[in-house]
Amino acid sequence: MNIKDTYPELHALRSRLEANQGKEYWRSLEELAETAEFREMLHREFPDRAAEWPGPDDVAGRRRFLQLMGASLALAGLTGCTVQPTETIAPYTRPPEGIIPGKPLFFATAMPLGGVGEGLLVESNMGRPTKVEGNPDHPASLGATDVYAQASVLTLYDPDRSKTLTYLGDISTWGAFIAEVQTALSGQRGNQGAGLRFLTETITSPTLAAQLQGLLNEFPQAAWHQYEPAGRDNVRVGAQLAFGQEVNTVYRFEQAEVILSLDADFLSCGPGSLRYARDFAAKRRVTEGKTEMNRLYVVESTPSGTGAKADHRWPMRAGEIEGFARAVAAGLGVQLGGQAAQPSGPAGQWVPALVRDLQQHRGRSLVMAGDYQPPVVHALAHAMNQALGNVGSTVVYTDPLEARPASAGTGAVNQLESLRTLVNEMNAGQVEMLLILDGNPVFDAPADFNFTEALKKVKWRAHLSLYNDETSLICQWHIPEAHYLEAWSDVRAYDGTVSIIQPLIAPLYRGKSSHEALAAFTAQPERTGYDIVRDYWRGRLGAGAGGQVPGTGPKPTTPSSAGPSDPFEQAWRTALRSGVVPNTALPPKSITLKSDWVSEVGKTTSGSQMEIVFRPDPTIYDGRFANNGWLQELPKPLTKLTWGNAALVSPATAVKLGLLSQGDDRLDVEAKIETRLYEVNGRVVELQYQGRTVRAPLWVMPGQADDSITVHLGHDRWRAGRVGTGQGFNAYRLRSSNTPWFGQGLEVRLTSDRIELATTQRHHTLEGRKIVQAAVIDEYQKKPDFVREEVETPPKEHTLYPEYQYPGYKWGMAIDMNACVGCNACVVACQAENNIPVVGKEQVLRGREMHWLRIDTYYKGALENPETHFQPMLCQHCENAPCELVCPVNATVHDAEGLNVQVYNRCVGTRYCSNNCPYKVRRFNFLLYQDFETESLKLLRNPEVSVRSRGVMEKCTYCVQRIQRAKIEAEKEDRPVRDGEIVTACQAACPAEAIVFGNLNDAASRVAKLKAEPRNYGVLADLNTRPRTTYLAALRNPNPEIESKPGPETRHG
Amino acid sequence: MAKVEEPLHQSLHEISGAPPVIEPGHTFASVTDKISTIVLRRRTPLWWLVGFGLSFTLAMVLFYTIGYLVLTGIGIWGNNIPVGWAFDIINFVWWIGIGHAGTLISAILLLLRQQWRTSINRFAEAMTLFAVACAGLYPALHTGRPWLDYWLLPYPNTMRMWPNFRSPLIWDVFAVSTYATVSLLFWYTGLIPDLATLRDRTRRRGAKIIYGILAMGWRGSARHWHRYETAYLLLAGLSTPLVLSVHTVVSFDFAVGIVPGWHATIFPPYFVAGAIYAGFAMVLILAIPLRKVYGLEGFITMRHLRNMAKIMLATGLIVAYGYMMESFMAWYSGNTYEAFMIRNRMTGPYWYMYWMLILFNVAIPQVLWVRRFRGNVPLLFVVSLSVSIGMWLERYVIIVTSLHRDFLPSSWGMYSGTRWDYAMFFGSIGLFLSLFFLFIRFLPMISIFEMRTILPQAEVAGEKPTATRLPETGGPQESPA
Amino acid sequence: MPQIFHRSTNTISRVSIFGGAFFILASLWVLAEINRSSYVTQAFVARQQPVQFSHKHHVGDDGIDCRYCHTSVEESAFAGIPPTKTCMNCHAQIFASSPYLEPVRESWRTGRPIEWVRVHDLPDFVYFNHSIHVKKGVGCSTCHGRVDLMPLTWQVASLQMEWCLGCHREPERFIRPKEKVFEMVWPPANYNQLEVGRRLVNEYKLQDRSVLTSCSTCHR
Repeated sequence: MNIKDTYPELHALRSRLEANQGKEYWRSLEELAETAEFREMLHREFPDRAAEWPGPDDVAGRRRFLQLMGASLALAGLTGCTVQPTETIAPYTRPPEGIIPGKPLFFATAMPLGGVGEGLLVESNMGRPTKVEGNPDHPASLGATDVYAQASVLTLYDPDRSKTLTYLGDISTWGAFIAEVQTALSGQRGNQGAGLRFLTETITSPTLAAQLQGLLNEFPQAAWHQYEPAGRDNVRVGAQLAFGQEVNTVYRFEQAEVILSLDADFLSCGPGSLRYARDFAAKRRVTEGKTEMNRLYVVESTPSGTGAKADHRWPMRAGEIEGFARAVAAGLGVQLGGQAAQPSGPAGQWVPALVRDLQQHRGRSLVMAGDYQPPVVHALAHAMNQALGNVGSTVVYTDPLEARPASAGTGAVNQLESLRTLVNEMNAGQVEMLLILDGNPVFDAPADFNFTEALKKVKWRAHLSLYNDETSLICQWHIPEAHYLEAWSDVRAYDGTVSIIQPLIAPLYRGKSSHEALAAFTAQPERTGYDIVRDYWRGRLGAGAGGQVPGTGPKPTTPSSAGPSDPFEQAWRTALRSGVVPNTALPPKSITLKSDWVSEVGKTTSGSQMEIVFRPDPTIYDGRFANNGWLQELPKPLTKLTWGNAALVSPATAVKLGLLSQGDDRLDVEAKIETRLYEVNGRVVELQYQGRTVRAPLWVMPGQADDSITVHLGHDRWRAGRVGTGQGFNAYRLRSSNTPWFGQGLEVRLTSDRIELATTQRHHTLEGRKIVQAAVIDEYQKKPDFVREEVETPPKEHTLYPEYQYPGYKWGMAIDMNACVGCNACVVACQAENNIPVVGKEQVLRGREMHWLRIDTYYKGALENPETHFQPMLCQHCENAPCELVCPVNATVHDAEGLNVQVYNRCVGTRYCSNNCPYKVRRFNFLLYQDFETESLKLLRNPEVSVRSRGVMEKCTYCVQRIQRAKIEAEKEDRPVRDGEIVTACQAACPAEAIVFGNLNDAASRVAKLKAEPRNYGVLADLNTRPRTTYLAALRNPNPEIESKPGPETRHG
Repeated sequence: MAKVEEPLHQSLHEISGAPPVIEPGHTFASVTDKISTIVLRRRTPLWWLVGFGLSFTLAMVLFYTIGYLVLTGIGIWGNNIPVGWAFDIINFVWWIGIGHAGTLISAILLLLRQQWRTSINRFAEAMTLFAVACAGLYPALHTGRPWLDYWLLPYPNTMRMWPNFRSPLIWDVFAVSTYATVSLLFWYTGLIPDLATLRDRTRRRGAKIIYGILAMGWRGSARHWHRYETAYLLLAGLSTPLVLSVHTVVSFDFAVGIVPGWHATIFPPYFVAGAIYAGFAMVLILAIPLRKVYGLEGFITMRHLRNMAKIMLATGLIVAYGYMMESFMAWYSGNTYEAFMIRNRMTGPYWYMYWMLILFNVAIPQVLWVRRFRGNVPLLFVVSLSVSIGMWLERYVIIVTSLHRDFLPSSWGMYSGTRWDYAMFFGSIGLFLSLFFLFIRFLPMISIFEMRTILPQAEVAGEKPTATRLPETGGPQESPA
Repeated sequence: MPQIFHRSTNTISRVSIFGGAFFILASLWVLAEINRSSYVTQAFVARQQPVQFSHKHHVGDDGIDCRYCHTSVEESAFAGIPPTKTCMNCHAQIFASSPYLEPVRESWRTGRPIEWVRVHDLPDFVYFNHSIHVKKGVGCSTCHGRVDLMPLTWQVASLQMEWCLGCHREPERFIRPKEKVFEMVWPPANYNQLEVGRRLVNEYKLQDRSVLTSCSTCHR
């Protein structure tokens, strides 16, 4: 259904919101609180729940009440409840159909990132989108989500979002903008728009592409440029190189037995990574008698989630990977015209074994090149896949996803060049009108472009963006953008499948979508995104024809007067409901290597100077999420850094820099050496590259390639907002167009300064403790229950207290460490579901982060290239819970279904439970971490979960609110809860399906089966806590040829 | 009559063989005078004003900190996850420990008929009360929501909820509150006859009335003395087990937990020993300057100091044994976590804390083996200080170094106190001293009537002296001397 | 020397000792009583509403079923407060011009909600679900009392935890046949609640007591 139509009052409210701006906007909102519009909006935004959720007028009342709890009158204490402030309930005047007060609804939509879509189901509580889930029907999601999607709801309600359309910093109106555009355009008509330019990010939206093309048709001289700081030029140009035309490559990991990743972090980032992680994990799931698993070889410059899962991982400078690829390719019989370099890097000696392994799995192997590797490597990868006969089985080629001007034909979209052209034209003064849709080039364009200077030369410049950011400042016009949860659009997934993006809520600040912004340049400037998108699909939908490659102009349309009878209307509704437009996946196309591609492959160039490697940040991406507290505080995989970035160096390099003593880099990971590392970490160095300098704190990264320093992009923004401004250092300052991802000749100068780096895990060693269980696959085949003898569990009688009986349900969780790829999705999902606050850098430094679920990362072996294990750690809901014993007020107790429940309203905060918790999964509100002031954030909260105030202990509850909902629904239908009916937030988000929750009393349940697996064990089971959350031991499937001898991964890098 | 005295005096020496617990030459009158004038003199000595001023300023710092704490949350302290307890509980245990000497001296030594206790029990008891008061602050304020602390008490409430009687913290509540109550009663009961003395001796009407009310109409009649004796003995009997129970229960807070470094059966005995250790150290710290400024060397004689020194030595050795056993068990049990815990204490990030503890608590006090040093007052003072510091460090080591690295290396952390932690610690010392200054100014710091009982004159009949056989206050028998 | 204290002091002191003890106990008792009083619980306090709405008239006299207005009581946690439209269904015709109903008509005209004062208001950390209670045979009047006799509505229960537990511990003393849930007058004369209740507890498969009294049942 169309949410927007349900909220007419919003328009009134928005007009008021626009009327006031500046710092005090939220105070102004409170002033608005008395106005009817505001109440009206709130009562639609807020669920009026009889008992637990106060009426709209009492947004303040609710806050007062919670403070009351905090400041707690004596009476409040005596009774555990209190004289409540009078609350009111404002019911609808005319009830919208389909909404039952107090019951959440789910709507299908999709989130674009880097132009590529991820299918979502978004939970809406009385019109407030509160939680994002994956869309099981969407090929790229299959129900999973990534951290960006999970955190996107916070961005929607971010109080720092731009709320007003400005011209030269002053408030203006949409009408004024349109008028201005139209007059300016009339000037352009004469010269066919020679001075007109559009700058977008990567675009796969058919509608938007059609709109742009329409404009280009109208103004033949105008140009459309795309630029994405973390773009995939290498992939496109690589394909161009190999095939003479651009193609989109879809990998089929469910077919792949042996995988070679050339610096490709396919499990954590890039289009389709969720799907890839799902398929990859499925091939590693050694359960229910299955004893085979795939084998993953990874060569990479900087440790990644993918590298951590590798059976063989070789750290290698980014520049050397090409050489390695050539060697492997040559081994596979790819004709390189004598350019097959000698196996380079220490990994070279394993090339023959690797080649043999690949050849033994013809058609079932897969070679993948990383987005950050140069086109040559991609070409080589394509060649290798051809040589291995993988094309069609594990590798599928389709038409490209990215839309491009019709003029460009099938030529590769090289965004860097595209931006370069634009900059040159701007400098040449040829650009008179520039519309920047999304993106933030002033912040993230290559340093050598001096984009800002060029931009200032443009007469008329406008920027559409969520925040009034760095670029907006330079443009005369800033148009607040509608968040993807507020606007209509469409987007393609990694395999081309189109999803209609439907809004969950009308724009909070009258933001405009890219579609509407572009419409302003057409004859119908006032057209709404809804009409634009709908009209594009009219005639394309229902008529059957699905997946045209965008590029053709929008069909002439008639205003919609269609009833449900109309086939289009039918198809449209199905598309909205299911979240995908049926059969729009791009069809596979057979394509062969250019005969002469080798000639275009230049000589490999690998020097020995210090190398710098640029990467998008694992949590704030290219910087666009810098103001998202959840992502800023999300511990980055492996380093566990929060709030900022660091320059990653290998231990050996640290020795070279004189920070570690000779030989330290050869040591195994253990407490002593780690303490030493922490003295080094945070030391500030001056990175000088191509004449540009940045001061950055160092971080010694075990497994990092030597003489190669990795820096993450997107930090130290100067107009990000309250949260993101000035966090970390800005690596874009070093990044130039000729070395977008890595380059030689970095100079490192040590300074005496230190920067405190906030990390949530200071020790990655196991101290010889049996916390992480892992084995090699054939050991496991020989002795499936190897964990049994590793971990001895005391007999049940070893407790003073009687055993609990569970007549009904008995909840439990099993986590497969072999599947977990450490992607962090579960952590953010948990934060979103359970109203977990953000505490800020200082508190993290003090060791007070609040995440209920963390991903412990442990290293085994030598610092230079350790074996890495991920262990999601959450409340274990112990059967003999040490915490329950010591709480003086019975605030943490066992419930009748085995949950270890934490009763916030009973907790007085002695912290004894946390001291006595061997897993240290309990979190304490040392200060008032919750934001009870900011109005917009209230809309974000999950009404099913108490918002904890200061002085209260909290922890994972197994999402008890979901358990209760399912139980109540089941009981109403007089049936037991079905297996899989209750899905915890972390489980739902997990792309690898590593987390399984269910009823242990039901032997047929998935969780019960997993717990019956021989690999199943309890962490610290020897303490007789009898954890209810258990883990399945990790397995590795190394190549016997390599493992037998002392392989590189054991000693030297 | 003085002539009669001398031989008796001698004989007393021969009987006891020990140096006197009261300087020769004192008479009933001189004792009463000396002690009561300290209280009754009109002019307040300058050093008192200065001392009180300073400690009261510190106390104000404490109150300010508490205000800020309650308004802001305990986040102003350095506590974190994993180190959920730190200064708050360290100081609690430290103060409670100090509070032990009082009861021990007054109750146990009374039952054991240790005469030398008489001159020190009064202010030892006072010290106990003040220490317990300071101790009580911490558990009350260390909770996240102090205004709900009363939920720890079992009472019929609208939630139909009882506290968790399995939790040592609940035991704590009972143990400490009982201890405080009994100590208070014991101390006050002991004061009554002296309050009467003051009432009779003061010339100021206001003081007369106040002391009068406090004396509760004490006349010193035989009936009064008889009841008094019974009550006093009963209380002594009551508080004797408390000496052991309180710190045993406090030690359960740790021993019942599973944290390596806490989970040890040896905790109760060695906590009690440690408490007495710390208690006597504090008694000495207070007694030594007191006897100097008020010239009380006659009452608090070298014999007192020596005895206390011996007790410190003895209890100190028990404590040292405790440390030894911890390390031994860590090795003997073969438990990974225990073994790591000890290694971490000795060589981990907080190694210096551990070795300072050994230095202050074990090494330095060994000088007390030497008889000559036991007689050296300044040295005793220094040793006592070192013991007090040592005992604080002990709690720091037990609490912080055990918590900061427990089972999962992934959750290991570090701890450091903030300025608010220190403000609260020194503030509580300020509170303690202020109370003590008030005490020595307005109440007799030495039990007058009990001192009389140990005068040779009290032994005229050659049998054991008891208060009942004493003449009434200011009675006619007062020797002409 | 002169006596500072009069003889009576003896008596006064004796009395005050025992008096003190008594006073402490008494004040504790008073405190406990206050906590259960209407002052704190707001029970039996009729709330003024923007519209002089009378359940007595609508339920008692007109005999309108609860669910006509509280529509979501059977499927949602929230029983539902009727939208203005529901009022207008009848009052477009009946009392169409009554001054009492002006606020309703005004809301209907302007589309602004009528702001009803909440009568039953649990703390935010308590999660109550109407639908399941209704499904398990907890009658409206069991918690809300005889609203058919209330001109202005008030709450009859303390809504304190002990009150909730009363039923969660012994549901058989309160639950009734499902079909009777919406009846105001219950139980009928000479009706053996315990016997029927015990039967229904099994029939309706009520959760085990241990589950019903688990913290997680109401607190999240």
